[in-house]
Amino acid sequence: MSTLERKKDPFIRISKRSEGMSAGKAWGIRVIGLILALIVSAIVIFVIVRMNPMDVYASMWKGAFGTTKRSWITVRDTMTLLCIACALAPAFAMRFWNIGAEGQVLVGGIVTAACMIYFPEMPTALLFLVMIVSSLAAGAIWGLIPGFFKAKWGTNETLFTLMMNYIAIQLTAFFVSLWENRPNSRKVGIINQNSKEGWLPNMFSEGYNNDFGWNVLIVLVIATVVFFYLRETKQGYEISVVGDSENTARYAGIRVSRVYVRTMAISGAICGFAGFLAVSGSSHTISTSTSGGQGFTAIIIAWLSRMNTYIMLVFTLLIVFLDKGATQIASEFNLNEYCSEIITGIILFFVLGAEFFVDYRVKFRGSK
Amino acid sequence: MTQLLTLLHSSIVFGTVIMFGALGEIISEKAGNLNLGVPGIMYLGAIAGLCGPYFYELSCAEAGTTPSGAVCILISIVCAFAASALGGLIYSFLTITLRTNQNVTGLTLTIFGGGVANFFGGSLNVFAGGVGQVKATATTAAFTKYSFTLSALGANADGKGIGYLLFQHGFLTYVAVIFAVLIHLFLMKTRTGLNLRAVGENPGTADAAGINVARYKYLATCIGAGISGLGGLYYTMNYIGGTWANDGTIEALGWLAVALVIFATWRSLNALWGAYVFGIFYWMYQYIGVSGRAIELFKMLPYLVTLALLITVSMRRRKEDQPPAHLGLPYFREER
Amino acid sequence: MDNVNAIEMRNITKRFGNVVANNGINMVLRKGEILSLLGENGSGKTTLMNMLAGIYYPDDGQIYVDGNPVSIRSPKDSFLNGIGMIHQHYKLVDVFTAAENIVLGLEEEGKLDRKVIAEKVREIAERYGFDIDPNQKVYDMSVSQKQTVEIVKVLYRGANILILDEPTAVLTPQETDKLFAVMRNMRADGKALIIITHKLHEVLSVSDRVAVLRKGEYIGDVPTAEATQQSLTDMMVGRATTLNINRPDPVNPHPVLEIKNLTCVDKDGVKRLDDVTFTAMGGEVLGIAGVAGSGQRELLETIAGLYPAVSGEVLYRPDESTSISLLGMDPLEIRKNGVAMSFVPEDRLGMGLVGSFGMSANMMLRSWRKGFGPFLNHKDPNELAKSIWENLEVVTPSINYPVRRLSGGNVQKVLVGREIAAKPKLLMTAYAVRGLDINTSYTIYNLLTDQKLKGVAVVYVGEDLDVLLELCDRIVVLCGGQVSGVVDARTTTREEVGLLMTQFRKEEAAV
Repeated sequence: MSTLERKKDPFIRISKRSEGMSAGKAWGIRVIGLILALIVSAIVIFVIVRMNPMDVYASMWKGAFGTTKRSWITVRDTMTLLCIACALAPAFAMRFWNIGAEGQVLVGGIVTAACMIYFPEMPTALLFLVMIVSSLAAGAIWGLIPGFFKAKWGTNETLFTLMMNYIAIQLTAFFVSLWENRPNSRKVGIINQNSKEGWLPNMFSEGYNNDFGWNVLIVLVIATVVFFYLRETKQGYEISVVGDSENTARYAGIRVSRVYVRTMAISGAICGFAGFLAVSGSSHTISTSTSGGQGFTAIIIAWLSRMNTYIMLVFTLLIVFLDKGATQIASEFNLNEYCSEIITGIILFFVLGAEFFVDYRVKFRGSK
Repeated sequence: MTQLLTLLHSSIVFGTVIMFGALGEIISEKAGNLNLGVPGIMYLGAIAGLCGPYFYELSCAEAGTTPSGAVCILISIVCAFAASALGGLIYSFLTITLRTNQNVTGLTLTIFGGGVANFFGGSLNVFAGGVGQVKATATTAAFTKYSFTLSALGANADGKGIGYLLFQHGFLTYVAVIFAVLIHLFLMKTRTGLNLRAVGENPGTADAAGINVARYKYLATCIGAGISGLGGLYYTMNYIGGTWANDGTIEALGWLAVALVIFATWRSLNALWGAYVFGIFYWMYQYIGVSGRAIELFKMLPYLVTLALLITVSMRRRKEDQPPAHLGLPYFREER
Repeated sequence: MDNVNAIEMRNITKRFGNVVANNGINMVLRKGEILSLLGENGSGKTTLMNMLAGIYYPDDGQIYVDGNPVSIRSPKDSFLNGIGMIHQHYKLVDVFTAAENIVLGLEEEGKLDRKVIAEKVREIAERYGFDIDPNQKVYDMSVSQKQTVEIVKVLYRGANILILDEPTAVLTPQETDKLFAVMRNMRADGKALIIITHKLHEVLSVSDRVAVLRKGEYIGDVPTAEATQQSLTDMMVGRATTLNINRPDPVNPHPVLEIKNLTCVDKDGVKRLDDVTFTAMGGEVLGIAGVAGSGQRELLETIAGLYPAVSGEVLYRPDESTSISLLGMDPLEIRKNGVAMSFVPEDRLGMGLVGSFGMSANMMLRSWRKGFGPFLNHKDPNELAKSIWENLEVVTPSINYPVRRLSGGNVQKVLVGREIAAKPKLLMTAYAVRGLDINTSYTIYNLLTDQKLKGVAVVYVGEDLDVLLELCDRIVVLCGGQVSGVVDARTTTREEVGLLMTQFRKEEAAV
């Protein structure tokens, strides 16, 4: 009879916030999550290096923004990551789990590198046109394939895009060995080191690698276009209706399969463009780590920003800052740079967890 | 013949790594949790399974005693399992209690686990005096010791007979096989297994039937993560010989384990042979004498085959082959 | 322990946000009786029962089982107290067999021996007269077979108290009779049963006592022997008078929609519509009656281009001379061909509206193609949203507030308002007043009648016979996907329509 004697209310009751929460309050909760994350990270850092976490954060700042050059590199990498996150926004707005950004970036990178290697004689303007168009196309194809199968047979897109990543990685490995600079080096090396053909030039001065103004300009344009594409265009409207309910979409005369395929092509194309940025605009080489997990990080950023490309900018900056900063502490304190991934992980865990308190109300026993 | 045996032998070794990873993930996914943190979890298992015995052996060396093989194995397995299960616990708390998105949380766990493992692994390398200097000799020996002597099995002179193929493996290889069978029996033949599958198929129904959905999800994910972590342990001990390399291989193998789950259509017995098939795919280039860059294309095979299978399964729509119906979705009772 | 009350609920209150679903309810279930829980849609029957099933937890009040106070926090607590609920949406795992579903979650001793379980299932089936194959997979079962699995499942668990939530809504008359026989067998075995329904003739035929809920309040209970359809209706709707829906005569009726020999098959190969023929006239309200699942949804969705037809014709006649065949067109093509059709679907937030959008963005569902070039036009939808907000008195903080958070009535006003604003020649509505309060229901009736007076052909799929009889001009009755009759709503009776709904052309079927 023991079950009959329980008379107490449940200790914790959770209910969905029916009335919603003001945007300001919601972001407040997220910021609290972020602060908690920084505190926990600080504790972790302290345990590892036994140093004042404030000093550690200070040297992280030095690593990311200590010199003009470092600032530019931080900005450059932020832009590449932001570009990928923007690419994912349309897919996620459609509730399509494109976790294949990694692969889509790589195929874009491969074709960009191919153009640089095979057409160094081409007029610069034409070369850039070819590089951009082909990287867009390659990414689009890579994204379109899972979109097509999802539309046609409902094939699970999460698993599909995941597999496409590794096919792309192997493809990259293949081309890397095709183009390797010395036999068996497994490295392409810097492409067109001397001629700098196909390198995205400086914006504010002559030459290369002194500023990355073009990267910033292009990606901010993409972010703006994606922002307005999702909010102000018919296609963006179709995407959000499909994301909410396929039935409603059909009811409204939206051709759901077409939207799936088209949106994934767009998402893939922008990822492919990020591959162009990574090769032509940053590293001037190609390797299996050209995307280096950014495709996955971008997923988390896009999700946390709720598909708002400007909020993505804040998150990407934070992540890249951590990365650069950690590399700095690694060299200063003779650690290795992987502690940035630990801190990134911790911060993302907390920010993810904070979403719960935005969406749900928690009541304890006794409180009304 | 010898070449074929070598191929099959290395396929078994390769397959065992991803088999552990996939078996753990099958348990988790059967409970509806698509844990994309497998690579991170395998990382955690790998580093913890190495650090534990490394420091044990170090303390033995300082004390001037000989480390006992059994203790080494025990420490190693407990560390690997506990660290990975802890990773699973983080994932569970976030996705089950705080209802965060499973994909995003899993990916974060992969970043986090990789970071932790490579950070400590790298530090361990520095501590030990350079890459490849980390050695847990006694532990590695204990893990890689052949479970059966060849002479007892009638091996031929060069030691490359069937006996070599089947029995010259560390004991974890057989543990993986036993796990695959046990997990099958557990899922298909026990009440708890039935309940677990119900949670992944239709948590609302499971809840209404009096099953504690959250508890099942927690346990399945944490235990599953622990098992996946053993794949990382097997990798460090049996695959690369008890050392540490920050080369990202574990992550690649982790994703392959996720692929294997799909390839196996969520059945542990399929994962058993599927893992070896993946191993054959992976090493085939050596057997058929492919060299140079074509190797890279060959390594694509497991993914291509998995993709083909994923498509076929979705086209055939056979109910039994589909992913668990509620895979990847959060469950909240009052939303019904 | 000789308590006569199997269940006693005292002062139970449950709120959802600002909506009070159950308000201070006191109810008793005696041992060995079948109690009908009667009430209109949205009266709080299912919510109340879900608190016994452990799905909701009451905000206030106390539940007693066998005279002991209990706290039912989970379905598990519920069945530990001997309560088993058969939900309207079956809670079964598709890829499991009947037997596997039945033992799911049980903490029985021993391993999972499917033979022993199958034997036990057969025993129960024989005792109460069920027809069940323990090894059949659920995805291979018919609706009634699934229901059987649900009932056997709770009996297997030793439930003494069974709650059935609208069990007959999806059954054929024959299956219903079978179910009632089984229920009587269970009562004879000493079990206490609650059946939720809103079909009066079933209440009278199967139950011992009737309890009535109205708008979340407990109105009272009477022994079935002392009740009549009229007295129960009075309790249910709260007045004995008629509905007094204003029904002007049809204006200049002319055919707008002609359905000829329409047949549809679902993906499992079951006929959903079978040789359906009728005509909807402009200037009149055509009612579609039938028990739930008789093909109403398929009919409207086929006309709207959302459901495939096997054969037949759907003709739209904008005027005397022209006709457009709609079959084979998708909603986009239908609209592009200038067909002035509006459709208020049954699933308001899952088909008619986007829950996360505000009113304004929902207006765009109809007009989003009209913007300049690739861009959306926000201005017109905003204005339309504002006018609906004011004219229909939609309660919402702003036109951009997600409609998911609005109450059911306001959601429906948004949807109907939008569809009417499109100036249709043909307006189809499915369960337009389901779950709405009386005032909102009348608002909707008046809107539909206004449309009729403008010459629109209004198709009204409804479930409340009284409304159908007072609102419509003619009524098409569907039964099992076939048209069992077309009657004049002014001259027909409740009984005639009710009969057509359940007894399809028996004389013909016998031939």
